[in-house]
Amino acid sequence: MTPDQTPGALAPKESRLVPRLLIGAALALTAVFIVVPMIYIFHRALAEGWRLYAANILQPDTLHAVWLTAVVAVIVVPVNIAFGIAAAWLIARFSFPGRKALLVLIEIPFSISPIIAGICYLLLYGRQGLLGPWLIAHDIKILFALPGIVLVTMFVTSPFVMREVLPLMQAQGSEQEQAALTLGASGWQVFRRVTLPNIRWALLYGAVLCGARAIGEFGGVTVVSGNIRGQTNTLPLQIELLFHDLNVTGAFAAASTLTLIALVVLVLKVRLEGTRG
Amino acid sequence: MTTLPLPAWGVRPKRVLPGFGLTMGVTLAFLGIVVLLPTVALVLKGAEIGPARFWAIATAPRTFAALKLTLLAATMATIFNALYGLLMAWVLVRYDFPGRRLLDALVDIPFALPTAVAGLTLSALFSANGWYGAVLEPMGLPVVFTIWGVAIAMSFTSIPFVIRTVQPVLEDLDPQYEQAARTLGAGPFTCFVRVVLPAILPALVVGTTLSLARCLGEFGAIVFIAGNLPMKTEIASLLAVIRLEEYDYNGAAVIALVLLLIALALLAVSGLLQALATRHRGRAP
Repeated sequence: MTPDQTPGALAPKESRLVPRLLIGAALALTAVFIVVPMIYIFHRALAEGWRLYAANILQPDTLHAVWLTAVVAVIVVPVNIAFGIAAAWLIARFSFPGRKALLVLIEIPFSISPIIAGICYLLLYGRQGLLGPWLIAHDIKILFALPGIVLVTMFVTSPFVMREVLPLMQAQGSEQEQAALTLGASGWQVFRRVTLPNIRWALLYGAVLCGARAIGEFGGVTVVSGNIRGQTNTLPLQIELLFHDLNVTGAFAAASTLTLIALVVLVLKVRLEGTRG
Repeated sequence: MTTLPLPAWGVRPKRVLPGFGLTMGVTLAFLGIVVLLPTVALVLKGAEIGPARFWAIATAPRTFAALKLTLLAATMATIFNALYGLLMAWVLVRYDFPGRRLLDALVDIPFALPTAVAGLTLSALFSANGWYGAVLEPMGLPVVFTIWGVAIAMSFTSIPFVIRTVQPVLEDLDPQYEQAARTLGAGPFTCFVRVVLPAILPALVVGTTLSLARCLGEFGAIVFIAGNLPMKTEIASLLAVIRLEEYDYNGAAVIALVLLLIALALLAVSGLLQALATRHRGRAP
Protein backbone atom coordinates (compact mmCIF):
# COMPACT_ATOMS: atom_id res chain seq x y z
CA MET A 1 0.00 0.00 0.00
CA THR A 2 1.46 3.33 -0.98
CA PRO A 3 -0.19 6.19 0.90
CA ASP A 4 1.61 8.84 -1.15
CA GLN A 5 -0.60 8.63 -4.23
CA THR A 6 -0.54 12.10 -5.71
CA PRO A 7 -4.04 12.99 -6.76
CA GLY A 8 -3.01 15.93 -8.89
CA ALA A 9 -0.77 13.79 -11.10
CA LEU A 10 -3.76 12.20 -12.80
CA ALA A 11 -4.82 15.05 -15.02
CA PRO A 12 -3.64 18.53 -14.25
CA LYS A 13 -6.51 20.31 -15.95
CA GLU A 14 -9.24 18.23 -14.29
CA SER A 15 -11.49 20.14 -11.96
CA ARG A 16 -11.58 19.23 -8.28
CA LEU A 17 -15.34 18.78 -8.49
CA VAL A 18 -15.46 15.09 -9.50
CA PRO A 19 -13.05 13.87 -6.79
CA ARG A 20 -14.91 15.89 -4.18
CA LEU A 21 -18.24 14.44 -5.24
CA LEU A 22 -16.89 10.88 -5.24
CA ILE A 23 -15.19 11.27 -1.85
CA GLY A 24 -18.37 12.84 -0.48
CA ALA A 25 -20.51 9.98 -1.79
CA ALA A 26 -18.14 7.36 -0.35
CA LEU A 27 -18.08 9.06 3.05
CA ALA A 28 -21.87 9.54 3.13
CA LEU A 29 -22.64 5.92 2.18
CA THR A 30 -20.13 4.58 4.70
CA ALA A 31 -21.59 6.80 7.40
CA VAL A 32 -25.13 5.59 6.66
CA PHE A 33 -24.30 1.90 6.30
CA ILE A 34 -21.45 1.37 8.75
CA VAL A 35 -20.79 4.22 11.17
CA VAL A 36 -24.33 5.07 12.28
CA PRO A 37 -25.26 1.40 12.93
CA MET A 38 -22.17 1.05 15.14
CA ILE A 39 -23.13 4.13 17.16
CA TYR A 40 -26.72 2.93 17.35
CA ILE A 41 -25.66 -0.33 19.05
CA PHE A 42 -24.16 1.52 22.01
CA HIS A 43 -26.94 4.10 22.00
CA ARG A 44 -29.55 1.37 22.42
CA ALA A 45 -27.48 -0.71 24.85
CA LEU A 46 -27.08 2.28 27.18
CA ALA A 47 -30.49 3.82 26.48
CA GLU A 48 -31.79 2.87 29.91
CA GLY A 49 -28.66 3.69 31.85
CA TRP A 50 -25.51 1.95 33.03
CA ARG A 51 -27.22 0.15 35.90
CA LEU A 52 -29.56 -1.74 33.58
CA TYR A 53 -26.71 -2.31 31.13
CA ALA A 54 -24.65 -4.00 33.84
CA ALA A 55 -27.67 -5.97 35.03
CA ASN A 56 -28.36 -7.16 31.48
CA ILE A 57 -24.79 -8.33 30.98
CA LEU A 58 -24.60 -10.03 34.39
CA GLN A 59 -27.81 -11.95 33.89
CA PRO A 60 -26.96 -15.69 34.45
CA ASP A 61 -28.07 -16.90 31.00
CA THR A 62 -26.07 -14.19 29.27
CA LEU A 63 -23.02 -14.90 31.43
CA HIS A 64 -23.28 -18.58 30.62
CA ALA A 65 -23.52 -17.70 26.93
CA VAL A 66 -20.34 -15.63 27.25
CA TRP A 67 -18.62 -18.56 28.94
CA LEU A 68 -19.74 -21.10 26.32
CA THR A 69 -18.70 -18.78 23.48
CA ALA A 70 -15.25 -18.37 25.03
CA VAL A 71 -14.86 -22.15 25.48
CA VAL A 72 -15.76 -22.74 21.82
CA ALA A 73 -13.25 -20.13 20.65
CA VAL A 74 -10.51 -21.50 22.93
CA ILE A 75 -10.95 -24.97 21.41
CA VAL A 76 -11.46 -23.92 17.79
CA VAL A 77 -8.61 -21.42 17.38
CA PRO A 78 -5.64 -23.68 18.35
CA VAL A 79 -6.97 -26.55 16.22
CA ASN A 80 -7.40 -24.15 13.32
CA ILE A 81 -3.85 -22.83 13.79
CA ALA A 82 -2.45 -26.38 13.66
CA PHE A 83 -4.49 -27.21 10.57
CA GLY A 84 -3.70 -23.90 8.91
CA ILE A 85 0.06 -24.26 9.35
CA ALA A 86 0.04 -27.89 8.22
CA ALA A 87 -2.07 -27.18 5.14
CA ALA A 88 -0.08 -24.09 4.16
CA TRP A 89 3.23 -25.94 4.57
CA LEU A 90 1.92 -28.85 2.51
CA ILE A 91 0.71 -26.66 -0.34
CA ALA A 92 3.55 -24.13 -0.33
CA ARG A 93 6.45 -26.55 0.00
CA PHE A 94 5.54 -29.71 -1.90
CA SER A 95 4.16 -30.52 -5.30
CA PHE A 96 1.94 -33.58 -5.53
CA PRO A 97 -1.01 -34.71 -7.64
CA GLY A 98 -4.26 -33.17 -6.45
CA ARG A 99 -2.60 -30.10 -4.92
CA LYS A 100 -4.93 -27.63 -6.66
CA ALA A 101 -7.99 -29.71 -5.83
CA LEU A 102 -6.93 -29.78 -2.19
CA LEU A 103 -6.64 -25.99 -2.17
CA VAL A 104 -10.16 -25.65 -3.61
CA LEU A 105 -11.47 -28.11 -1.02
CA ILE A 106 -9.89 -26.13 1.83
CA GLU A 107 -11.48 -22.89 0.62
CA ILE A 108 -14.95 -24.35 0.04
CA PRO A 109 -16.33 -23.63 3.54
CA PHE A 110 -16.03 -19.91 2.73
CA SER A 111 -18.49 -20.23 -0.13
CA ILE A 112 -20.98 -22.42 1.68
CA SER A 113 -23.70 -21.09 3.93
CA PRO A 114 -23.13 -22.02 7.58
CA ILE A 115 -26.73 -23.24 7.58
CA ILE A 116 -25.74 -25.88 5.02
CA ALA A 117 -22.83 -26.87 7.26
CA GLY A 118 -25.23 -27.22 10.19
CA ILE A 119 -27.62 -29.37 8.17
CA CYS A 120 -24.73 -31.58 7.04
CA TYR A 121 -23.78 -32.17 10.66
CA LEU A 122 -27.37 -32.91 11.58
CA LEU A 123 -27.60 -35.48 8.80
CA LEU A 124 -24.35 -37.07 9.99
CA TYR A 125 -24.73 -37.13 13.76
CA GLY A 126 -28.49 -36.66 14.18
CA ARG A 127 -30.86 -39.31 15.46
CA GLN A 128 -31.74 -40.35 11.89
CA GLY A 129 -28.29 -39.47 10.59
CA LEU A 130 -25.56 -41.72 9.21
CA LEU A 131 -23.78 -42.18 12.52
CA GLY A 132 -26.86 -41.52 14.68
CA PRO A 133 -27.71 -45.10 15.70
CA TRP A 134 -24.07 -45.89 16.54
CA LEU A 135 -23.77 -42.74 18.66
CA ILE A 136 -26.96 -43.54 20.55
CA ALA A 137 -25.79 -47.11 21.14
CA HIS A 138 -22.53 -45.82 22.65
CA ASP A 139 -24.24 -42.97 24.49
CA ILE A 140 -22.14 -40.26 22.84
CA LYS A 141 -23.74 -36.85 22.57
CA ILE A 142 -22.47 -34.63 19.76
CA LEU A 143 -25.47 -32.64 18.63
CA PHE A 144 -27.22 -30.16 20.92
CA ALA A 145 -24.03 -30.14 23.00
CA LEU A 146 -20.54 -28.66 23.00
CA PRO A 147 -18.92 -31.09 20.49
CA GLY A 148 -21.47 -30.24 17.78
CA ILE A 149 -21.07 -26.50 18.30
CA VAL A 150 -17.27 -26.83 18.19
CA LEU A 151 -17.30 -29.00 15.05
CA VAL A 152 -19.60 -26.77 13.06
CA THR A 153 -17.59 -23.70 14.10
CA MET A 154 -14.45 -25.47 12.91
CA PHE A 155 -16.10 -26.12 9.55
CA VAL A 156 -17.09 -22.50 9.14
CA THR A 157 -13.71 -21.05 10.23
CA SER A 158 -11.39 -23.68 8.72
CA PRO A 159 -9.77 -21.63 5.90
CA PHE A 160 -8.87 -18.53 7.96
CA VAL A 161 -5.32 -19.31 9.17
CA MET A 162 -4.32 -21.17 5.99
CA ARG A 163 -5.39 -18.23 3.80
CA GLU A 164 -3.21 -15.77 5.71
CA VAL A 165 -0.15 -18.01 6.05
CA LEU A 166 -0.01 -19.59 2.57
CA PRO A 167 0.69 -16.46 0.46
CA LEU A 168 3.48 -15.47 2.86
CA MET A 169 5.10 -18.92 2.78
CA GLN A 170 4.92 -18.92 -1.01
CA ALA A 171 6.39 -15.44 -1.27
CA GLN A 172 9.24 -16.19 1.14
CA GLY A 173 10.35 -19.38 -0.57
CA SER A 174 12.17 -22.14 1.27
CA GLU A 175 15.82 -21.06 0.93
CA GLN A 176 16.20 -20.21 4.62
CA GLU A 177 14.67 -23.49 5.70
CA GLN A 178 16.86 -25.48 3.31
CA ALA A 179 19.92 -23.64 4.56
CA ALA A 180 19.03 -24.50 8.16
CA LEU A 181 18.56 -28.16 7.19
CA THR A 182 21.92 -28.23 5.41
CA LEU A 183 23.51 -26.88 8.56
CA GLY A 184 22.14 -29.85 10.45
CA ALA A 185 18.97 -28.56 12.07
CA SER A 186 16.19 -31.07 12.65
CA GLY A 187 12.79 -30.57 11.02
CA TRP A 188 11.25 -29.43 14.28
CA GLN A 189 14.09 -26.97 14.93
CA VAL A 190 13.68 -25.51 11.44
CA PHE A 191 9.99 -25.01 12.08
CA ARG A 192 10.49 -23.32 15.44
CA ARG A 193 13.53 -21.19 14.61
CA VAL A 194 12.97 -20.30 10.93
CA THR A 195 9.42 -20.90 9.73
CA LEU A 196 7.46 -19.75 12.76
CA PRO A 197 9.27 -16.39 13.19
CA ASN A 198 8.80 -15.69 9.47
CA ILE A 199 5.06 -16.28 9.46
CA ARG A 200 4.21 -15.07 12.96
CA TRP A 201 2.27 -11.93 12.02
CA ALA A 202 0.24 -13.63 9.32
CA LEU A 203 -0.40 -16.48 11.72
CA LEU A 204 -1.52 -14.12 14.45
CA TYR A 205 -3.81 -12.24 12.08
CA GLY A 206 -5.33 -15.47 10.81
CA ALA A 207 -5.88 -16.61 14.39
CA VAL A 208 -7.54 -13.30 15.27
CA LEU A 209 -9.89 -13.55 12.29
CA CYS A 210 -10.66 -17.16 13.14
CA GLY A 211 -11.38 -16.26 16.76
CA ALA A 212 -13.63 -13.36 15.79
CA ARG A 213 -15.59 -15.55 13.43
CA ALA A 214 -15.80 -18.38 15.99
CA ILE A 215 -17.22 -15.98 18.57
CA GLY A 216 -19.75 -14.53 16.13
CA GLU A 217 -20.88 -17.68 14.33
CA PHE A 218 -24.66 -17.86 14.26
CA GLY A 219 -26.20 -19.86 11.40
CA GLY A 220 -24.30 -23.10 11.83
CA VAL A 221 -24.60 -23.04 15.59
CA THR A 222 -28.35 -22.33 15.37
CA VAL A 223 -28.87 -25.67 13.63
CA VAL A 224 -26.71 -27.89 15.85
CA SER A 225 -27.03 -26.30 19.28
CA GLY A 226 -30.72 -26.91 19.94
CA ASN A 227 -30.92 -23.46 21.54
CA ILE A 228 -31.15 -24.73 25.10
CA ARG A 229 -31.34 -21.67 27.34
CA GLY A 230 -28.44 -21.43 29.77
CA GLN A 231 -26.89 -24.60 28.31
CA THR A 232 -26.11 -24.56 24.59
CA ASN A 233 -26.72 -20.92 23.80
CA THR A 234 -23.70 -19.04 22.54
CA LEU A 235 -23.69 -15.25 22.77
CA PRO A 236 -25.03 -14.62 19.24
CA LEU A 237 -27.89 -17.07 19.91
CA GLN A 238 -28.56 -15.38 23.24
CA ILE A 239 -28.98 -12.10 21.36
CA GLU A 240 -31.67 -13.63 19.18
CA LEU A 241 -33.36 -15.13 22.22
CA LEU A 242 -33.46 -11.80 24.06
CA PHE A 243 -34.75 -10.14 20.88
CA HIS A 244 -37.60 -12.64 20.65
CA ASP A 245 -38.29 -12.16 24.36
CA LEU A 246 -38.79 -8.48 23.41
CA ASN A 247 -35.93 -7.54 25.73
CA VAL A 248 -34.35 -5.36 23.04
CA THR A 249 -32.18 -3.41 25.48
CA GLY A 250 -30.82 -6.70 26.83
CA ALA A 251 -30.17 -7.90 23.30
CA PHE A 252 -28.27 -4.70 22.51
CA ALA A 253 -26.29 -5.00 25.74
CA ALA A 254 -25.15 -8.49 24.73
CA ALA A 255 -24.52 -7.23 21.20
CA SER A 256 -22.38 -4.37 22.48
CA THR A 257 -19.90 -6.82 24.02
CA LEU A 258 -19.51 -8.59 20.68
CA THR A 259 -19.19 -5.20 18.98
CA LEU A 260 -16.34 -4.25 21.32
CA ILE A 261 -14.57 -7.49 20.43
CA ALA A 262 -15.06 -6.69 16.74
CA LEU A 263 -13.56 -3.24 17.22
CA VAL A 264 -10.55 -4.71 19.05
CA VAL A 265 -10.09 -7.11 16.13
CA LEU A 266 -10.11 -4.16 13.72
CA VAL A 267 -7.52 -2.24 15.72
CA LEU A 268 -5.34 -5.37 15.86
CA LYS A 269 -5.72 -5.75 12.10
CA VAL A 270 -4.56 -2.20 11.42
CA ARG A 271 -1.63 -2.63 13.81
CA LEU A 272 -0.60 -5.99 12.35
CA GLU A 273 -0.76 -4.67 8.81
CA GLY A 274 1.48 -1.81 9.91
CA THR A 275 3.96 -4.33 11.33
CA ARG A 276 3.91 -6.40 8.18
CA GLY A 277 4.00 -3.58 5.67
CA MET B 1 2.60 -42.18 3.17
CA THR B 2 5.63 -44.10 1.90
CA THR B 3 7.15 -41.06 0.20
CA LEU B 4 8.82 -39.65 3.29
CA PRO B 5 12.05 -38.05 2.08
CA LEU B 6 15.30 -39.79 2.80
CA PRO B 7 17.80 -37.07 3.73
CA ALA B 8 20.97 -38.49 2.14
CA TRP B 9 19.75 -38.92 -1.42
CA GLY B 10 17.52 -35.89 -1.89
CA VAL B 11 16.00 -37.39 -5.02
CA ARG B 12 13.72 -34.48 -5.87
CA PRO B 13 14.55 -30.94 -4.75
CA LYS B 14 10.89 -30.29 -3.82
CA ARG B 15 10.97 -33.11 -1.28
CA VAL B 16 14.13 -32.10 0.53
CA LEU B 17 12.08 -30.33 3.17
CA PRO B 18 10.67 -32.50 5.92
CA GLY B 19 7.08 -32.84 7.01
CA PHE B 20 5.31 -34.05 3.87
CA GLY B 21 3.78 -37.07 5.56
CA LEU B 22 2.90 -35.21 8.76
CA THR B 23 1.27 -32.18 7.11
CA MET B 24 -0.54 -34.32 4.56
CA GLY B 25 -1.86 -36.48 7.38
CA VAL B 26 -3.01 -33.55 9.51
CA THR B 27 -4.61 -31.77 6.55
CA LEU B 28 -6.48 -34.81 5.25
CA ALA B 29 -7.59 -35.90 8.73
CA PHE B 30 -8.97 -32.44 9.54
CA LEU B 31 -10.67 -32.00 6.17
CA GLY B 32 -12.04 -35.52 6.29
CA ILE B 33 -13.60 -35.21 9.72
CA VAL B 34 -14.68 -31.56 9.67
CA VAL B 35 -15.58 -30.90 6.03
CA LEU B 36 -15.89 -34.05 3.91
CA LEU B 37 -17.71 -36.48 6.18
CA PRO B 38 -20.63 -34.11 6.90
CA THR B 39 -20.87 -33.12 3.23
CA VAL B 40 -21.01 -36.78 2.24
CA ALA B 41 -23.89 -37.21 4.69
CA LEU B 42 -25.81 -34.47 2.85
CA VAL B 43 -25.08 -35.89 -0.60
CA LEU B 44 -26.10 -39.40 0.50
CA LYS B 45 -29.33 -37.99 1.86
CA GLY B 46 -29.95 -36.37 -1.52
CA ALA B 47 -29.32 -39.67 -3.29
CA GLU B 48 -31.70 -41.43 -0.90
CA ILE B 49 -34.44 -38.90 -1.71
CA GLY B 50 -34.08 -39.55 -5.44
CA PRO B 51 -34.52 -37.16 -8.39
CA ALA B 52 -38.32 -37.30 -8.64
CA ARG B 53 -39.04 -36.49 -5.01
CA PHE B 54 -36.13 -34.01 -4.97
CA TRP B 55 -37.71 -32.08 -7.85
CA ALA B 56 -41.14 -32.18 -6.21
CA ILE B 57 -39.80 -30.75 -2.94
CA ALA B 58 -37.60 -28.13 -4.62
CA THR B 59 -40.45 -26.79 -6.74
CA ALA B 60 -43.14 -26.84 -4.04
CA PRO B 61 -44.63 -23.30 -3.89
CA ARG B 62 -43.20 -22.31 -0.50
CA THR B 63 -39.69 -23.61 -1.29
CA PHE B 64 -39.77 -22.05 -4.73
CA ALA B 65 -40.88 -18.69 -3.31
CA ALA B 66 -38.08 -18.82 -0.72
CA LEU B 67 -35.45 -19.62 -3.35
CA LYS B 68 -36.76 -16.90 -5.63
CA LEU B 69 -36.71 -14.30 -2.85
CA THR B 70 -33.18 -15.33 -1.85
CA LEU B 71 -31.87 -15.04 -5.41
CA LEU B 72 -33.66 -11.76 -6.12
CA ALA B 73 -32.59 -10.06 -2.88
CA ALA B 74 -29.03 -11.37 -3.26
CA THR B 75 -28.87 -9.94 -6.79
CA MET B 76 -30.14 -6.56 -5.58
CA ALA B 77 -27.61 -6.54 -2.74
CA THR B 78 -24.75 -7.59 -4.99
CA ILE B 79 -25.47 -4.90 -7.60
CA PHE B 80 -25.38 -2.30 -4.84
CA ASN B 81 -22.20 -3.79 -3.37
CA ALA B 82 -20.46 -3.84 -6.76
CA LEU B 83 -21.20 -0.13 -7.32
CA TYR B 84 -20.43 0.92 -3.76
CA GLY B 85 -17.32 -1.29 -3.76
CA LEU B 86 -16.01 0.25 -6.99
CA LEU B 87 -16.60 3.73 -5.63
CA MET B 88 -14.88 2.93 -2.33
CA ALA B 89 -11.89 1.20 -3.94
CA TRP B 90 -11.45 4.11 -6.35
CA VAL B 91 -11.71 6.76 -3.65
CA LEU B 92 -9.41 4.90 -1.25
CA VAL B 93 -6.69 4.30 -3.85
CA ARG B 94 -6.79 7.40 -6.02
CA TYR B 95 -7.53 10.28 -3.67
CA ASP B 96 -5.85 11.54 -0.57
CA PHE B 97 -8.05 13.22 2.01
CA PRO B 98 -8.26 13.56 5.76
CA GLY B 99 -9.74 10.40 7.26
CA ARG B 100 -8.75 8.15 4.38
CA ARG B 101 -7.04 5.59 6.62
CA LEU B 102 -9.97 5.58 9.02
CA LEU B 103 -12.36 5.01 6.11
CA ASP B 104 -10.12 2.17 4.95
CA ALA B 105 -10.33 0.53 8.38
CA LEU B 106 -14.10 1.04 8.70
CA VAL B 107 -14.68 -1.02 5.57
CA ASP B 108 -13.82 -4.21 7.47
CA ILE B 109 -16.45 -3.73 10.17
CA PRO B 110 -19.09 -5.87 8.44
CA PHE B 111 -16.70 -8.83 8.42
CA ALA B 112 -15.60 -8.34 12.02
CA LEU B 113 -19.11 -7.81 13.39
CA PRO B 114 -21.11 -10.99 14.14
CA THR B 115 -24.05 -11.28 11.76
CA ALA B 116 -26.55 -11.54 14.61
CA VAL B 117 -25.38 -8.14 15.88
CA ALA B 118 -25.72 -6.71 12.38
CA GLY B 119 -29.22 -8.14 12.05
CA LEU B 120 -30.35 -6.86 15.44
CA THR B 121 -28.97 -3.38 14.74
CA LEU B 122 -30.35 -3.05 11.21
CA SER B 123 -33.79 -4.29 12.21
CA ALA B 124 -33.95 -1.78 15.08
CA LEU B 125 -32.60 1.08 12.95
CA PHE B 126 -35.10 0.50 10.15
CA SER B 127 -38.11 -0.30 12.35
CA ALA B 128 -40.80 2.39 12.67
CA ASN B 129 -39.27 3.88 15.84
CA GLY B 130 -35.62 3.50 14.77
CA TRP B 131 -33.48 6.35 13.44
CA TYR B 132 -33.86 5.32 9.77
CA GLY B 133 -37.35 3.83 9.93
CA ALA B 134 -38.73 7.01 11.49
CA VAL B 135 -37.71 8.85 8.32
CA LEU B 136 -38.46 6.17 5.73
CA GLU B 137 -41.81 4.79 6.92
CA PRO B 138 -43.72 8.12 6.80
CA MET B 139 -42.41 8.44 3.22
CA GLY B 140 -44.11 5.13 2.43
CA LEU B 141 -40.87 3.18 2.22
CA PRO B 142 -41.07 0.37 4.76
CA VAL B 143 -37.91 -1.72 4.99
CA VAL B 144 -38.48 -4.12 7.87
CA PHE B 145 -40.50 -7.22 6.84
CA THR B 146 -39.95 -6.49 3.12
CA ILE B 147 -37.54 -7.72 0.46
CA TRP B 148 -35.67 -4.43 0.94
CA GLY B 149 -34.86 -5.44 4.49
CA VAL B 150 -33.55 -8.80 3.27
CA ALA B 151 -31.43 -7.08 0.61
CA ILE B 152 -30.05 -4.50 3.07
CA ALA B 153 -29.05 -7.18 5.57
CA MET B 154 -27.38 -9.21 2.79
CA SER B 155 -25.62 -6.15 1.47
CA PHE B 156 -24.29 -5.08 4.86
CA THR B 157 -22.67 -8.43 5.65
CA SER B 158 -20.88 -8.62 2.28
CA ILE B 159 -19.81 -4.99 1.76
CA PRO B 160 -16.02 -5.60 1.97
CA PHE B 161 -15.73 -8.28 -0.77
CA VAL B 162 -15.69 -6.04 -3.86
CA ILE B 163 -13.66 -3.31 -2.17
CA ARG B 164 -10.98 -5.66 -0.91
CA THR B 165 -10.58 -7.52 -4.21
CA VAL B 166 -10.55 -4.42 -6.47
CA GLN B 167 -8.40 -2.22 -4.20
CA PRO B 168 -5.04 -4.05 -4.63
CA VAL B 169 -5.45 -4.27 -8.42
CA LEU B 170 -6.22 -0.59 -8.64
CA GLU B 171 -3.15 0.15 -6.54
CA ASP B 172 -0.96 -1.74 -9.03
CA LEU B 173 -2.49 0.01 -12.03
CA ASP B 174 -0.17 2.74 -13.22
CA PRO B 175 -2.04 6.08 -13.59
CA GLN B 176 0.18 6.81 -16.60
CA TYR B 177 -2.13 4.82 -18.88
CA GLU B 178 -5.06 6.98 -17.88
CA GLN B 179 -2.94 10.06 -18.32
CA ALA B 180 -2.01 8.88 -21.81
CA ALA B 181 -5.66 8.25 -22.65
CA ARG B 182 -6.60 11.70 -21.38
CA THR B 183 -3.81 13.32 -23.37
CA LEU B 184 -5.12 11.58 -26.47
CA GLY B 185 -8.46 13.25 -25.88
CA ALA B 186 -10.52 10.68 -23.97
CA GLY B 187 -13.03 12.10 -21.51
CA PRO B 188 -12.95 10.92 -17.89
CA PHE B 189 -15.83 8.49 -18.47
CA THR B 190 -14.34 6.98 -21.65
CA CYS B 191 -11.03 6.75 -19.89
CA PHE B 192 -12.57 4.82 -16.99
CA VAL B 193 -14.54 2.45 -19.20
CA ARG B 194 -11.78 1.79 -21.75
CA VAL B 195 -8.65 1.87 -19.58
CA VAL B 196 -9.44 1.25 -15.92
CA LEU B 197 -12.41 -1.11 -16.14
CA PRO B 198 -10.72 -3.77 -18.35
CA ALA B 199 -7.79 -3.91 -15.93
CA ILE B 200 -9.87 -4.35 -12.80
CA LEU B 201 -12.56 -6.53 -14.39
CA PRO B 202 -11.16 -9.91 -13.21
CA ALA B 203 -10.95 -8.64 -9.64
CA LEU B 204 -14.41 -7.11 -9.90
CA VAL B 205 -15.83 -10.42 -11.14
CA VAL B 206 -14.21 -12.34 -8.29
CA GLY B 207 -15.39 -9.83 -5.68
CA THR B 208 -18.92 -9.79 -7.07
CA THR B 209 -19.19 -13.58 -7.14
CA LEU B 210 -17.87 -13.85 -3.59
CA SER B 211 -20.36 -11.22 -2.52
CA LEU B 212 -23.23 -13.00 -4.28
CA ALA B 213 -22.27 -16.34 -2.72
CA ARG B 214 -22.16 -14.74 0.70
CA CYS B 215 -25.54 -13.04 0.18
CA LEU B 216 -27.15 -16.32 -0.88
CA GLY B 217 -25.82 -18.02 2.23
CA GLU B 218 -26.47 -15.23 4.72
CA PHE B 219 -28.76 -16.10 7.59
CA GLY B 220 -28.01 -14.37 10.87
CA ALA B 221 -28.47 -10.80 9.72
CA ILE B 222 -31.63 -11.52 7.73
CA VAL B 223 -33.75 -13.42 10.23
CA PHE B 224 -33.92 -10.36 12.46
CA ILE B 225 -35.10 -7.89 9.83
CA ALA B 226 -37.13 -10.01 7.40
CA GLY B 227 -40.10 -10.88 9.59
CA ASN B 228 -39.89 -14.31 7.95
CA LEU B 229 -43.39 -14.37 6.45
CA PRO B 230 -43.86 -17.58 4.42
CA MET B 231 -44.13 -16.93 0.65
CA LYS B 232 -43.15 -13.29 1.20
CA THR B 233 -39.98 -12.63 3.17
CA GLU B 234 -38.81 -16.12 4.06
CA ILE B 235 -35.31 -16.87 2.76
CA ALA B 236 -34.27 -20.34 1.65
CA SER B 237 -31.84 -21.08 4.49
CA LEU B 238 -34.46 -20.11 7.07
CA LEU B 239 -37.00 -22.42 5.43
CA ALA B 240 -34.40 -25.19 5.69
CA VAL B 241 -34.10 -24.53 9.44
CA ILE B 242 -37.91 -24.53 9.79
CA ARG B 243 -38.07 -27.89 7.99
CA LEU B 244 -35.52 -29.24 10.47
CA GLU B 245 -37.60 -28.03 13.37
CA GLU B 246 -40.57 -29.88 11.84
CA TYR B 247 -38.32 -33.00 11.63
CA ASP B 248 -38.74 -32.86 7.84
CA TYR B 249 -35.13 -33.85 7.15
CA ASN B 250 -35.79 -34.48 3.46
CA GLY B 251 -37.14 -30.98 2.98
CA ALA B 252 -34.14 -29.45 4.76
CA ALA B 253 -31.68 -31.60 2.82
CA VAL B 254 -33.20 -30.64 -0.54
CA ILE B 255 -32.97 -26.91 0.19
CA ALA B 256 -29.43 -27.32 1.50
CA LEU B 257 -28.41 -29.24 -1.62
CA VAL B 258 -29.93 -26.64 -3.95
CA LEU B 259 -28.04 -23.88 -2.10
CA LEU B 260 -24.86 -25.98 -2.17
CA LEU B 261 -25.16 -26.54 -5.93
CA ILE B 262 -25.70 -22.82 -6.53
CA ALA B 263 -22.64 -22.00 -4.39
CA LEU B 264 -20.47 -24.53 -6.23
CA ALA B 265 -21.72 -23.30 -9.61
CA LEU B 266 -20.82 -19.74 -8.61
CA LEU B 267 -17.33 -20.90 -7.59
CA ALA B 268 -16.88 -22.65 -10.93
CA VAL B 269 -18.16 -19.67 -12.94
CA SER B 270 -15.91 -17.33 -10.99
CA GLY B 271 -12.87 -19.54 -11.61
CA LEU B 272 -13.71 -19.77 -15.31
CA LEU B 273 -14.22 -16.02 -15.75
CA GLN B 274 -11.01 -15.37 -13.87
CA ALA B 275 -9.07 -17.75 -16.11
CA LEU B 276 -10.63 -16.18 -19.23
CA ALA B 277 -9.85 -12.66 -18.08
CA THR B 278 -6.25 -13.47 -17.16
CA ARG B 279 -5.67 -15.21 -20.49
CA HIS B 280 -7.19 -12.26 -22.30
CA ARG B 281 -4.98 -9.85 -20.41
CA GLY B 282 -1.93 -12.04 -20.99
CA ARG B 283 -2.41 -11.80 -24.76
CA ALA B 284 -2.68 -8.02 -24.72
CA PRO B 285 0.65 -6.15 -24.97
